[in-house]
Amino acid sequence: MAESAVETMIEARALSKQFGATRALNDVSFKVARGEIVGFLGPNGAGKTTTMRILTGFLRPTSGSAWIGGVDVGAEPLATRSRVGYLPESNPLYSDMMVIDYLNYVADVRNIAPAVRQQRLREIGERCGLMKVLGKDIGQLSKGYRQRVGLAQAMVHDPDILILDEPTSGLDPNQIVEIRELIKDIGREKTVVLSTHILPEVEATCSRIIIIAEGKVVADDTAAALSERKSGAVIRLTVKGKNGSALDPEKIKGVFAGVVGVRAVDVVEGEVAPAVGFKLQSAGAADPREGLFHAVVQNDLVLLDLHREHLSLEDVFRRLTRGDGGSHA
Amino acid sequence: MRNLLVIARRELKSYFDSPIAYIVVVAFLLVAGWMFFSALFLMGRADLRGFFAPSPFSPSMLLVILAPAVTMRLIAEERKSGAIELLTTMPVRDADVVIGKFLAALGLIATALAVTLVYAISVDLIGPLDWGPVIAGYLGILLFSSSLLAVGVLCSTWTANQIVAFIVGFIVCAALYFVYWLQFFVPQAIAPVIEFISVSSHLDNMARGVIDSRDVIYYLTVTGGALFLAERSLARQHA
Repeated sequence: MAESAVETMIEARALSKQFGATRALNDVSFKVARGEIVGFLGPNGAGKTTTMRILTGFLRPTSGSAWIGGVDVGAEPLATRSRVGYLPESNPLYSDMMVIDYLNYVADVRNIAPAVRQQRLREIGERCGLMKVLGKDIGQLSKGYRQRVGLAQAMVHDPDILILDEPTSGLDPNQIVEIRELIKDIGREKTVVLSTHILPEVEATCSRIIIIAEGKVVADDTAAALSERKSGAVIRLTVKGKNGSALDPEKIKGVFAGVVGVRAVDVVEGEVAPAVGFKLQSAGAADPREGLFHAVVQNDLVLLDLHREHLSLEDVFRRLTRGDGGSHA
Repeated sequence: MRNLLVIARRELKSYFDSPIAYIVVVAFLLVAGWMFFSALFLMGRADLRGFFAPSPFSPSMLLVILAPAVTMRLIAEERKSGAIELLTTMPVRDADVVIGKFLAALGLIATALAVTLVYAISVDLIGPLDWGPVIAGYLGILLFSSSLLAVGVLCSTWTANQIVAFIVGFIVCAALYFVYWLQFFVPQAIAPVIEFISVSSHLDNMARGVIDSRDVIYYLTVTGGALFLAERSLARQHA
């Protein structure tokens, strides 16, 4: 915390979790600062829910520790739980209770003083758009409304931190947009961690993305930086020989591979001879285009095309989580 | 402590919002009514010993079925729906959850027992009733209920399936109850052991109007032990 003035609200320190023979989490570390909306991204079974359950104090890590507002979750579970609002993936609600009774019950468990309770419940009801259904049984509500009740439940005690496990799963597109807007709105004043395997979701709502796969953090950055830097950009290059002379693609491949900042070179099929196309991976943050240009000139080639491709977040995600992304970051 | 009562209140309200509470009360009224009036008219006795004492078709035997029936869903249902995850991520101790739910079930059974007081009062109107043994009997059956309910809560923590919770709970409760009658068929040396472990023998003492601290301690130990194990079982699920 010394290097930055921003307060760290959530910290995972080398979290590992073992379920029998399965290692669900393997040395997961990250920090979330106050006011951030962080997207937790990963394929199903990557360890998103397990991480969230450890942060909320439902599970204990096999090793490592989770910290909420500078307090160890394992050491003072009741204190940290009172600072966190949690929406589990299954959004379990008591379907035989009325919405207002349920929120009152949560307020009771959360020890909200009766003096401020009515005011608080009204605020939350309005914010989550629940005013029309307060008197209905939860069991009668549509999935979108149930999700709103789940969010309201997480905010009854006005926590600093919200942990939302797949908040939009199972909703229709309109409901997804509504819930997303609601989360963005909440994120203006609170620290939010949400998990999802839906990519547009994080691009739309999150200021930062943590990608985890097979229990490990494989990337941790902003969406824009992720699609460029962390994964390395893809550069397309097409050349032909001067005066239409034939080229040896393998030889030129070697030339480009020697340029600083290039990690891999592949010959691309499909160019019309005598042109030869290449697909290059840049290493890390390097931009090797200038070096490539000089290499083209020095080798007496004609440059037909040189451009950098922006990977979509989907590509980044697939590359990072399939485990064949190579030596990223 | 406060959260324990919040949980107990919600759970008790949930019983009375559903038909469960009314079924339990009616079942008690029917069985208790039969025990009262058979004693009164068939045997001409104005006492309630038959009501409290363990025997076939007695209220205590009804509890062997009802205790696992009213407790089976308490934890199992929350495990199945995942609500236990939400509840245990609120500032609530596992002990609050277990004891709160147990108290709700005990409140339900206590209500049903209280309703049967109308019989005691009507017996009292016909012939003067010796209230001493009646109070001891009610205390006894309440302690007896709390033991069986605690066992039911424990079984409910073991599974996410309510039917499994009920069947296991019923088997344990029935074993503790019916082992009493086994003492007549075993060697003399073992009989006292069986008498000691049976939930019904201790009830038999109290039904006679004898409040013996050994019986009270037995019931409190069974209740406390089962609730302690239930708390451990719940804690283990999010270890």
